[in-house]
Amino acid sequence: MTSDSPAADRREFMLRVLRLGGLSAATLGAGAWLHVRSQRPRDSEVLVADRRTGVPADPSLPEMVVVQGESPEALVRRAVEALGGMRRFIARGDVVVVKPNIGWDRAPEQGANTNPALVAEVVRLCQDAGARTVIVTDMSCNDPRICFERSGIAAAARAAGAHVIVPDERRFKQVNLGGEVLTTWPVLEPFLTADKIINVPIAKHHSLTGCTLGMKNFYGIIGGQRSRLHQRINESLVDLTAFARPTLTILDAYRVLMRGGPTGGSLADVEFKKTLIAGTDPVALDSYAAKAWWDLDYQRLPFLRIAQARGLGKMNFEEVRTKMLTV
Amino acid sequence: MSQSTLSRVRRLSQVVFLAAFFFLLFRSEFTGSFRGWTGQVRLPWPVSIFLQADPLAAVTSAISTHALYRELWWSLAILVPTFFLGRFFCGWICPLGTLNHFFSSLRSEKKRGKALLESNRYKPWQAVKYYVLAAVLVSAVFGSLLAGLVDPIPLTVRSLALSVLPGLDYTSGALLDAWYQSPWRPVRFGADVAQFLLQGTLVSFRQPHFRQAFFLGAIFIGLLALNLRVTRFWCRAVCPLGALLGLASRWSLVHLRKDPSRCDNCNRCLLHCQGGDDPIPGPKWRKAECHLCLNCVGDCPTSGIAFSVGAVRSVATTIDAPQIQRRKLLTSVAAGAALVPLLRSTTGLQVEADSRLIRPPGALDELHFLERCIRCGECMKVCPNNALHPTFMEGGLEAIWTPVLVPRVGYCEPNCVLCSQVCPTGAIWEITEAEKLGRPLGASNTRPAPRPATGEAAPPSRPVGPASPEANNPIKIGTAFYDQGRCLPWAMATDCIVCEEWCPTSPKAIFLLNADVVDSDGSTKSVRRPQMDAKRCIGCGACEFACPVKDRPAVYVTSVGETRSKTNQFILPPAPKRQG
Repeated sequence: MTSDSPAADRREFMLRVLRLGGLSAATLGAGAWLHVRSQRPRDSEVLVADRRTGVPADPSLPEMVVVQGESPEALVRRAVEALGGMRRFIARGDVVVVKPNIGWDRAPEQGANTNPALVAEVVRLCQDAGARTVIVTDMSCNDPRICFERSGIAAAARAAGAHVIVPDERRFKQVNLGGEVLTTWPVLEPFLTADKIINVPIAKHHSLTGCTLGMKNFYGIIGGQRSRLHQRINESLVDLTAFARPTLTILDAYRVLMRGGPTGGSLADVEFKKTLIAGTDPVALDSYAAKAWWDLDYQRLPFLRIAQARGLGKMNFEEVRTKMLTV
Repeated sequence: MSQSTLSRVRRLSQVVFLAAFFFLLFRSEFTGSFRGWTGQVRLPWPVSIFLQADPLAAVTSAISTHALYRELWWSLAILVPTFFLGRFFCGWICPLGTLNHFFSSLRSEKKRGKALLESNRYKPWQAVKYYVLAAVLVSAVFGSLLAGLVDPIPLTVRSLALSVLPGLDYTSGALLDAWYQSPWRPVRFGADVAQFLLQGTLVSFRQPHFRQAFFLGAIFIGLLALNLRVTRFWCRAVCPLGALLGLASRWSLVHLRKDPSRCDNCNRCLLHCQGGDDPIPGPKWRKAECHLCLNCVGDCPTSGIAFSVGAVRSVATTIDAPQIQRRKLLTSVAAGAALVPLLRSTTGLQVEADSRLIRPPGALDELHFLERCIRCGECMKVCPNNALHPTFMEGGLEAIWTPVLVPRVGYCEPNCVLCSQVCPTGAIWEITEAEKLGRPLGASNTRPAPRPATGEAAPPSRPVGPASPEANNPIKIGTAFYDQGRCLPWAMATDCIVCEEWCPTSPKAIFLLNADVVDSDGSTKSVRRPQMDAKRCIGCGACEFACPVKDRPAVYVTSVGETRSKTNQFILPPAPKRQG
């Protein structure tokens, strides 16, 4: 049979029809499948974090400790000891995130970032209490690579054995914060996976809220367009604190930027208060510090009222068990 | 050492220098260590060394400024040996030459057999580069460093740093992101490893974006693609640096000696010729075109050609000087001479400059700036905030691809002077943090005065903001203004003041005034309205960067008040003493 015989032609024709039929069926099938899939694009799945970072209350221990003294390290040690020791907060094998304020390209003596010696001491205490990993991280406002170095915190924390994470874009996960005004935001990953969170803010002046303290420090756990938050700053602060649920708050008031915050710059605006406030009630801590250095009553700070209504703590610091100490 | 071994050494040299070039390009970035205890942001590597060793940048900027800026004297380490050896730089060192060499070696339909041999013969159009050189030299006489547009070293740095590398960054970033989507932990761990390995090279801390990137990349890729038509088209036909070095090798002592008695006319010497300098017997060898790649020597099966060192030259076999036609040369000189006056009679430079032409701190006044800027893009690459971008028409056509600060993308980090550190020609004059921030001249910029009242010893020295009232003025690159129709407290009865929060000066240039405003419900509320104190504003753009009005910010910087200009100025009453 030669190739140009009618039979061969017919056969070739049938085969080709079959092949075209197969191709058509596949195309139609794929088209139908794609057609069914079509829907208006939605945001990709977001995580809803479910974390338990708190520790049970102990009525025999103070909820807030105010320590004064010359050495930042000694202040930390004394405060944590008075609160029941770091072993009360950190269990053996915990992954702990220590969250200082590393917001700005400023040196320690300018009082815009948490005191590095204080951060290092917190890291050491966590390790002594048996923490598996101590992570130190923050989402800076200025370039984080410069802020982490200039603040002295990266070097001090590394020397103390912490894992310092300078946040790059891939360190964030989209999370539904479930807040009143904050819903889906990129959150620094360590805050999602850590067993314990220790907030180590610094007390500073701020033009919008009067002062920036512990709750405001949680701005540093999220990325994205944070500057929007100022428009609803009180609700945002509470949403962030409700999400973060710090195990322990250690507020640095060794050097306090009294004016020109939160960036500062001039040493003339920095006053030595040589104080540290630590405790398990983030609301009472902020309320105390606002009153102590800026003479702001808690009634004048809406975020404290909202936070109390949401059950995050007591805005009247006189209602919490407080211990005043000096070292 | 035999000459084919030398050709292997040449290849090694090309690889080493290209690797060094890429290494230094990747290291043109602050990665998080200060120089010692000084707290100064400095790069540990001489990242601009290829630009500083560029003889064309040196010669043209010397013509336009009558001086040789700082490390530009490294260029003499290339230029002087060229007097003796010829264009060894092109064949052994030049990163663009090496890239062209590589792409020329790819298989191409257009370069096969006889066509390849023919394409590797000398062509009269190879003289074009001398006319290009003449034009850029003459424009340098007129005070414009247009050479940077066609100088291969700035061209390569600019194209790679602003376009090719960010593009690769995007690719690797997208791949990593997809990789991280994997539900399996070991696979994600692989992504961690990949990210760690690529960190600082193909994966940046932050994906950079640059204006003009597409065009810069397209031009560069186009240039590389031309190698598939004609071997080293750029080097043979356009490169003004090659032309300069060709002229400089006029009296060099290295000669190609051909022995016609041993030649069997196989033409193999033409197969891999890079310069198009006619190593074949018959026509004369053209010294000014030869890159000294030594391929012809290695390819000759009968050892009929060899390079030798000696003062004897044979007019019969060698053409020492490039073949330039006087009339065409005069035409290109005339073109170069006409170029600058034409460009400068257009508005843009001194008349009707773009209000957004915000130059980096340390930049000289515009005329001196244009005498020096070679548009290498090194300042843009090194800027930690991705704030500097190549201009398009903001500074007029003459200033195309010079640096401009785009605050919406990134602001100027007050404690950083990296752009002034890497500028090879002093268009951005080298400044210290002290000069930039405005501290007392002559005082240490690193050690804050200890506060005696507190009794605390001075901590390890780190820079601080302006400390004393007699401080020299900080360098100002512009002034910020409010668009009150878009600003939330002004237009929407909403508290915001993110700009005030970010303002880095102390006291802050942005101050707040309480105002009672009526919102849409008709109820009165008190908001804090931001106001700009132009006297204190340094134009860094942090306010514009941070402004939450995302699309068109409610506070924006324009160039007025920039320290470098004598005319683009206000005369404002002195800043009053003000707390916080």
